[in-house]
Amino acid sequence: MRDVAVIGTGLTKFGECWETPFRDLFAAASTACLKDAGVQRQQIQSAYIGCMASGLFVGQAHIASILCDYAGLNPISAYGIESACASGGAAFRAAYLEVASGASDYVLAAGVEKMNDGADATYCLATAADQEYEVYHGITFPGLYAMIANAHMHKWGTTPEMLAAVAVKNHRNGAKNPYAQFPMEITQETVLNAIRVADPLGLMDCSPVTDGGAAVLLCPVEIAKTLGRPYVTIKGSGHATDGIALHNRDDVSRIPVVNIAGQQAYGHAGVTAADIDFCEVHDCFTIAEIVCTEELGFFEPGKGGPAAMDGATARDGAKPINTSGGLKSKGHPVGATGIAQIVECYLQLTGQAGDRQLKDARLGMAQNMGGSGGSSTVHILEASS
Amino acid sequence: MISPRYHRETPQRFRLEAGKCTGCGNIHFPPRIVCRECGGESFEKEVLPSKGKVVTYTVIRIPPAEFDDQKPYVVAVVELENGVRLTCMVAEAPPDTVEIGTEVELVFRKIQKESEWGVLQYGYKARVLT
Repeated sequence: MRDVAVIGTGLTKFGECWETPFRDLFAAASTACLKDAGVQRQQIQSAYIGCMASGLFVGQAHIASILCDYAGLNPISAYGIESACASGGAAFRAAYLEVASGASDYVLAAGVEKMNDGADATYCLATAADQEYEVYHGITFPGLYAMIANAHMHKWGTTPEMLAAVAVKNHRNGAKNPYAQFPMEITQETVLNAIRVADPLGLMDCSPVTDGGAAVLLCPVEIAKTLGRPYVTIKGSGHATDGIALHNRDDVSRIPVVNIAGQQAYGHAGVTAADIDFCEVHDCFTIAEIVCTEELGFFEPGKGGPAAMDGATARDGAKPINTSGGLKSKGHPVGATGIAQIVECYLQLTGQAGDRQLKDARLGMAQNMGGSGGSSTVHILEASS
Repeated sequence: MISPRYHRETPQRFRLEAGKCTGCGNIHFPPRIVCRECGGESFEKEVLPSKGKVVTYTVIRIPPAEFDDQKPYVVAVVELENGVRLTCMVAEAPPDTVEIGTEVELVFRKIQKESEWGVLQYGYKARVLT
């Protein structure tokens, strides 16, 4: 297997993009990415495009072909990759493996979702849960994470204030991200007093409904060294699946698939949780960030909530989490999220993160998750100099 | 929810029929054709017990459209007496009457209307044991 680099990134502004069609979200992100990398579109050999539910959100299947058409990339090999909200991370891993294998040199990993086009987002997102044995009985996606939250609170004493600390911190970071959907700071009172969605989660515990596209370009490290541009190296990659019905999980306060994917990535990279300088974590709901930081080994089980309260996960804390603003503030166009996490790692590791730049960051991690824990990818990226 | 899918699930939803692996004894609800524990492919029918307790729960305050007339309502993960777990609504339960450990029994109830045609759909809900 060859060492693989990320050599460029592209994002659209995240938000309610009423004037931008689905196909252009991808075209804009991929075009920006190729310009950033200084690579011509004719050099691209294949593309992996994460997208959860364009068939439901905008009535469009067969997306790899139409998206590559409008990005001027036909006739390259292209795949639409679906793993619910982990579609972007899964697309990144597939692109990584294609370059690492030696089959291709320049491969695009992208993600896109158009969620504000008139479809019922609650219904579309709930298709990531078990239709016959969860959704049939009236559960929603916030409801599934609310059940994880209640179990975590019962087992470990996690509090609503700890959940709120995650949202407050992520908005503080997102306020410094020009691509964020909600780039404003909020207070604990705003979170605790927001309308209730599914107890104990309120509106401000939930990531928003977002349109957006993201793209990164991969090539072998040996080629990246010759380009004279900033790059980061993919040091570890992990990907695991689990059943999607929450009730089949032995401990409903946990998300074991994150632990498994994380251990794979740590093993691949030859590092431990203590070596990771910062991490983009899949905070689809505030409780998800707390559980995932525990599953990744940053904090002991039950200590993720206190860590958020104590500032350990802030930009100036011991383990900065979601410097981009996370899904909560940056926005969560589900198929694009896993790629946008890689973008943040790239920007931090190449010194291009602007007002939210971390000092001396060498190892970054991106953890993307599908559904209520039916799939997860974890990637570790290293600065090149 | 589409009618053919609903029809197919009737044994589980109306009669709580699970599948017991003849190889390892694991009970699967809904039934499977491959045992996730041992890989076995032979099963016998096993009817689930109706009593159990709440493992975790939530109060849905913003529901999907087809459940709007029932809000707010409690949804729980219930562990039955034989260890099988499932997700269902807790019927007739004001939001503050359910907690982790609450003892419940499964009862037969209307669940929702199939939206386009208004076909009534039934199944199990939990009811708090008093």
